[in-house]
Amino acid sequence: MSQTMPATAAEEEAIALQTQGGSSPSRRGRKNRRGRDGRAPRRPKDSIGVRLRRDWQMLVLMIPGVLCLLLFFYIPILGNVIAFQDYQPYLKITEAPYMAMQNFIDLFDDSRFFLALKNTLILAVVQLLLFFPVPIVLALVVDSMVTPRLRRAFQSIVYLPHFLSWVLVIALFQQMLGGAGFINKFLLTHGMEAIPFMTNPSTFPLLIALENVWKDAGWGMIIFLAALASIDASLYESAAADGAGRFRRAWHITLPGMRPVIVLLLILNLGSILTVGFEQFILQRDAVGADASEVLDTYAYYTGVIGGDWSMGAAAGLAKGVVGTILVLLANKFAHMLGEDGIYRGSAR
Amino acid sequence: MSEHTTIPAPEVDENDVAGPSARPSAGPSARPVRDDRSLHERIWSRIFGRSERAAWMERPSPGLSVLKGLLIAVVTISIVVPMLVVVSTSFASSDQIRDAGGYVLFPTDPTLEAYRTIFKSPLVFRAIGVSAFITVVGTLLALFVTITMAYALSRPVLFGKPMLMAIIVTLFFSPGLIPMYLMVKQLHLLDTIWSLILPGLFAGFNFIVMRSFFMGIPKELLESAKIDGASDFTILLRIVLPLSKAVIAVIGLFYAVGFWNSFFNALLYINDQSLWPIQMILRSYVIQGSSMTADALGVSQAPPPQSIKMAVVVVALAPIVVVYPFLQKYFSKGVITGAIKG
Repeated sequence: MSQTMPATAAEEEAIALQTQGGSSPSRRGRKNRRGRDGRAPRRPKDSIGVRLRRDWQMLVLMIPGVLCLLLFFYIPILGNVIAFQDYQPYLKITEAPYMAMQNFIDLFDDSRFFLALKNTLILAVVQLLLFFPVPIVLALVVDSMVTPRLRRAFQSIVYLPHFLSWVLVIALFQQMLGGAGFINKFLLTHGMEAIPFMTNPSTFPLLIALENVWKDAGWGMIIFLAALASIDASLYESAAADGAGRFRRAWHITLPGMRPVIVLLLILNLGSILTVGFEQFILQRDAVGADASEVLDTYAYYTGVIGGDWSMGAAAGLAKGVVGTILVLLANKFAHMLGEDGIYRGSAR
Repeated sequence: MSEHTTIPAPEVDENDVAGPSARPSAGPSARPVRDDRSLHERIWSRIFGRSERAAWMERPSPGLSVLKGLLIAVVTISIVVPMLVVVSTSFASSDQIRDAGGYVLFPTDPTLEAYRTIFKSPLVFRAIGVSAFITVVGTLLALFVTITMAYALSRPVLFGKPMLMAIIVTLFFSPGLIPMYLMVKQLHLLDTIWSLILPGLFAGFNFIVMRSFFMGIPKELLESAKIDGASDFTILLRIVLPLSKAVIAVIGLFYAVGFWNSFFNALLYINDQSLWPIQMILRSYVIQGSSMTADALGVSQAPPPQSIKMAVVVVALAPIVVVYPFLQKYFSKGVITGAIKG
C-alpha cells in the first residue's frame, strides 16, 4: 500500500519491523507451541461454521481494509505482469502480447538504466556513511542532557522537520543554499564567491545526504532513545561505583545496550539500499540535471509514465523490487550469522 | 532565588559520589536543602528546570561540554533559522526586502500584502481548498479503515493470522509506481480528487501502532461486556474507542500530515491544474521558479515575487507547525515509543 508519508519509508519500516521482529513472531511461536501441547486437548477447536457465526461482525469490520489492500496493493502487484508483456494503454492487460524476458534484456542494454543503477548505489552508500551515525550521536547527546526541560525543547525542535514534505524541505534548502539564497547572498555582499551548493552535480550525493540528515536524523533518533531508555540505570550506577569513567561506561554498557538496534537498522538500510527515495530526486532534477539525479525510481517514472514505455518502466520497478527483497533476506541471514536477531528470528530458536 | 538558599545542612557533596550512600537522583519534588551552585547554574536551572543528574554521574569535562553545546546549537540553528527567515521575509515590506538583498531576519514594518495577494489568487486559494479537503476527508476515512481493521485483528479472530501476514507484507514491498498508476487509471480516478485520497487510506505502520494499542486493552473488560450481551460493534464503539483517544489522535495526525504533504500522488495522477494541492503549487512557483506573475495570480498588481514565494512556503508550512505541538504532546506520553518497544 502506498505510504502516507512518502519520504519516511525507511523509518516507518524500521519501527514497524522492530515491533514485528522484536516481539510478535516469538510470541506467536510460543503461543503455537503451547497450543499444540497444552491448550489443544483442553478446548477443541471450533468448526469454521461456529467461528463464522461468532466472528461475523469482526469479519465485517475487516471489509474496508481488505478492499483497500486489494485495490491498492495486491491487484497492482499482479499488474506487474506487464513487465513481461508489450503493454499498450489501449489494450487490456490480458490482450497484450507476451514478451517473456525481452523487456529485461532491453533494460540491460539501456545505458540510462545503468546510469540510474550507478547513481542509486553511490547515493545509497554516501547516505549510509553520512546519515546513519547521526541519529545515534544525537540520541547519545540527548540521553546525556540532564536538564529535562532543555531535553524536551531540543527534541521538539529536531523532530519537527520529519513532518515537513520534501517539497517544503527542498524549498527551504533552496532559499538557504540556492544560487540566490540566503547564504550565497551573504557571501556575495561580503566579497566572496558564491558556492553552487544546489546545482553542482558532483556534490549532489552530499547535498542529498545533508537534506536527509536535516529532515530525518532527529526522528531517526527516537528508536535509539528507546533503546537507551531500556538500559538498566543501576548498571551505570554500579559501574560508576566501581570506578568506571564516562567513556568506560559508554563502551561497556551503552554500546552493548544499543547493539541490537544498531544492527537491525543497519540491516534494514542495507536491504533497502536500492530505495533512495523519489520525490527528492524529481524535485531537484531541474537544478542538477538528469545525469546526476537519475535513480531507479525516477527511471521507471520517466520511461513509463512520461515516455509511454509502460512495460520497460514496470520491468525496472520489478527488477528493483526483486533485488531489494533478496538483499533484505541476505542481510538478515548475515545478522543471524553474527548472532543477532535481525528482522525476524530463525524458526530453529 | 531565596528559596534555594535555605538552611545549610550537612550533606554529601555532589562530587563525592563514589559511595553507594550518595543521594538518590533528585526528583522534581525533592526540595534542595543546600545550594552551593554558581550563579550561572542557578540561572540555567531557572530557565530549563532543575538538573536531574544522577548522584553517581560526574560532571562532563569542559571540552566535552563545549562540544555538546556546539552540536546542540548548530542543530537548533539549522532548523530554526531557515523557518524564521522564510516567515520573516513573507511579512517584510518590499523596501526592506530590496535593501536586505532578498532575505530578512526580522521584518521592521510587517505587512500582510503578500498574503492578501496569494489569497486573492484563484490558483492558490483552490489549492489550499484541495489540500484541506483531502486532509480532512482522507484522515477521517483512513482512521475508519485503520481502526476497524486494527480492532478486528487485535482479537483472536477467524482468518486473523493470514490477514495480519497480508498486511505485514505491505511494509516490505511496494507494487511499483507503474502498476499503481495503471490501477488508478483502471478505476477511472485519474484527474479526480479521489486519486489523492483512496491510495493512501491504509498505512501498515499506522495499523501496527493502532493494533498494538488495542491489544493492550485488558481482555477481561471486553469479555465482561460480551457476557453482558454487547456485540463486537458495540464494544468497539462504546468501550474501545473511548479508551483509545490518545492513539487515535496520534494516528489521525500522522495521516493528516501525510495527506497535507501529498505531492507525489498529485504529480502522478493529476494533470488538471485546478485540482493541484498546495505542494504542487509550492513546487512550480518556488522550486521550479516559474515566476508568480500578476497575470497567473489573476490580480492586477503584485508585491515582489520574493515575499509571495515565501508566503506560499509559509502557507504549506503553517498547518504542520500548528498541529505539531499536539502531535508532540503524545510523543512524551509514549504512545509511539510504547508501540516501538512492542
